[in-house]
This record gives sequence, C-alpha cells and structure tokens, in this order.
Amino acid sequence: MKPVLTPEKAVENIKDGASVMVGGFISCGRPSAVLEALFEKGVKNLTIISNDTEKEETGIVKLVMAGRVSKFIGSYIGLNRIMGEKMRSGELKIELSPQGTFVERIRAAGAGLGGVLTPTGLGTAIEEGKEVMNIDGRRFLLEKPLRADFAIVKAKKADKYGNAFAPGSSKNFNVAMAMAADCVILETEEIVEPGKMDPEKVTFPCVFIDLLVPVSRAKAGG
Amino acid sequence: MDDSKRTRIARRIAKELPENSIVNLGIGIPTLVTDFIPEGKGILLHSENGFIGLGPAPAPGKETPDLVNAGGHPASILPGGCCFDSSMSFAIIRGKHLDFTILGALEVDEEGNLANYTIPGKFIPGIGGAMDLSVGAKKVVIAMEHVNKHGEPKIVKRCSLPLTAAREVDLIVTDMAFIRVTPRGLVLEEIAEDTTLEEVIKHTGAKLQVAEKLGRF
Repeated sequence: MKPVLTPEKAVENIKDGASVMVGGFISCGRPSAVLEALFEKGVKNLTIISNDTEKEETGIVKLVMAGRVSKFIGSYIGLNRIMGEKMRSGELKIELSPQGTFVERIRAAGAGLGGVLTPTGLGTAIEEGKEVMNIDGRRFLLEKPLRADFAIVKAKKADKYGNAFAPGSSKNFNVAMAMAADCVILETEEIVEPGKMDPEKVTFPCVFIDLLVPVSRAKAGG
Repeated sequence: MDDSKRTRIARRIAKELPENSIVNLGIGIPTLVTDFIPEGKGILLHSENGFIGLGPAPAPGKETPDLVNAGGHPASILPGGCCFDSSMSFAIIRGKHLDFTILGALEVDEEGNLANYTIPGKFIPGIGGAMDLSVGAKKVVIAMEHVNKHGEPKIVKRCSLPLTAAREVDLIVTDMAFIRVTPRGLVLEEIAEDTTLEEVIKHTGAKLQVAEKLGRF
C-alpha cells in the first residue's frame, strides 16, 4: 500500500534544482493542490516539464512569475504571455517539442526504451542538432527519452495500492508522466480500499504510483 | 475576414469529408467545419488531447472539467466516442489512423510546404499538435484566408516562415479558391462565386495551373 499524504508532505523531498513533470492539458487533469504546495514550499531553479501552462496565473504560471523556474520543457507556451516575456528576458530557458514527440519521449523513458524514431519535425527547425536515421528507406528523427526526478499527476479515484482512474480527457499526459519519474505523486479526488477499483478500468497501474494525495475537487478549486 | 467568408470555407471543406471518416479540426476557421458536417454520415471528430467523438459545447451547467476540447473549452462526447491518453492520441495521429486534418496556415507554398506555428521575433506560442497532424493524417487540408491582413498572398512560391511540415499539404481551401496540391504543382479546381479567375491569380504568389473545368463554390 502507498503512503497517503497531504500536499505539503508530498512535496517535502523536492529540492532546489529538481526536474518536475506536471500532468494536465490546459486546465484539464491538473494536479492543482500539489502544485500550490510546491509554490508554497519556495524551492527554485526548477525544470518544469509539462505540455503547456494553463491560461490563468496559477500552477506553473505562478511558479514562473515568482522566478522559481529556470527551464520549461513542453510543447506550447502561448496560453499566458508571461512565458514569452520571461523567455525573451533570458530568465527562462524554454525547449519546445511537437506534442506527440513530447509525450512519446516521456513514455519511452518510462518504458525502458533508448529513444523514439519519429517522422514528425523532419524538414523543420525541430530537426536541428538531431540524428536522422534511415530505416528501410524511410527517414526518422531520433528523439531521446525524457525523464524527471518527480512527476505530479492527477486522477479522480485511486485505491490504496495506487491503481487509479482518470476520466475523459483528464488522462492526457498524466499516464506517460507517471511512468517516467523517480518519484510519482498522484493527486486524486478519492481514495478507496483495494477491491473497490475495477481492474478493467485502471488508467494508472499501481506500480507507477509512489505517493497518494487525496484532494476533494471543491478543495482543489477545479 | 467577415463571417460569410469563413463559413464558405468551412462549408466547402465539409463536402470533402466522406462517410465514416475520422477528422481532426484545428483551432480557428477549421472548427467551423463542425457546423456543416451532415448528420448520419458517421463522421467522428478526434480531439488531440485524448478522445474521439468530439461533440458540441455542453449546455450551461452540464460542463465537466474532465472533458475539454483542444482549445481547453468544455466539450461533450457523442455516442460512438472513446477516451484515451496523449500517447495513444498521438499514436492515432502519427500512425496514419486519421483520415483528415483541417489546419490553419500562415503560408503554404507550391510544394505543399506548410508554415503555421511561428513568426520569428514576433510570435512563438509553441508547436502543439500541428507538426504531428501534418505528417500523420492521410489528407491535410488547409483552411485559411487567401490573403493576410496586409493584403499579401498566403499561397507563395516558397515559404519564408519556419516550416511546420515539408510537402504534406493536399488541399488548400480559401475564401477565394479551392486548390489541390499535386506532384506537378498547384491546381486551381474551383473559385468562389463572388470572385474572378484574374483576382485569384493576382492574389496568389505561386504558379497556379487552372483545371480544364473550373468549378464554383
């Protein structure tokens, strides 16, 4: 069974300079309460790995505004203009990937693979600095796996082993990220006893989850 | 560009979608295509953030934070829909399981190169799904204004802006023209009912071969 912690306790081991994956797509499937605890903790020089940032001055945007983030790796930064501003001022290093390449690099890391061969980005600026391989007459870009020290992911329901379910489009990047970090923190609206989760309806197999953080939806403000 | 021009583009594109096709619609003009997809054709919309069966915006009060479209707005899922994570979503995209992607553009050129994600020094919102969509979808349809806000052609000889994808565009549908990208170059197949061939050629920065039978839309 996995430890059940408050958001504050769950982020205890995240130190200055850590790399942190954050699940979610725009505002859907975001682990808001644990992100807020990360903000409150005050750690800085973070590398944040997330598809995008949300529009509002919350979550990742709030961390960036407070100068806690030195690098952002993702696929889209256009939702909040602070990202572009901090990039232009030199305060924030930004690495952008096509969205499919981004998620597959993370999945590859979690799946023990050495890399991803993808046609996406060939003939574009994405190709720069990367090896192009020819496999049976087709060209592919070699993209390396992407892993992190921590992953903060979101579910609706989890059992005490860490088997968890995320409905609708809230699965998004949470699933791959839960595979690719040394410590995976799962923010979940509900925790149930083993046996109360249908094994056929599991989004996150329990093996990937390290810490459980129950946060009711009302409390998370989502 | 006024609404009637946008809807003309959307209506014309909707006619291209065959029964039972799986289609991804980009933000902007492409989303208007939804309004013209006829019922009963079994056409399903794929949303890059993790589901097939994108339906209309839910009635107020019926939104759920767990189901949004690719723009982050509350969405509904239609009968026949299914949900999955982002890795699966992009496997569907990259693995050639989508029949059509309808995208906007800054520039398209004679070779079918597409530039739609950045204006260097000005506008770097990121990449999102556009590069995967252009490479993976079986047919890439561009829905855009024929000229930009300065009146300059958006269909050019060679893209000057950074490319989203090389040689992937199949069809270009603007408020003035319906153009097919072929190995021999751009073929003008139809022009809008309120314009002339001369106007279309004048506002196009690339060579257009005119189809023998030029249609109207």
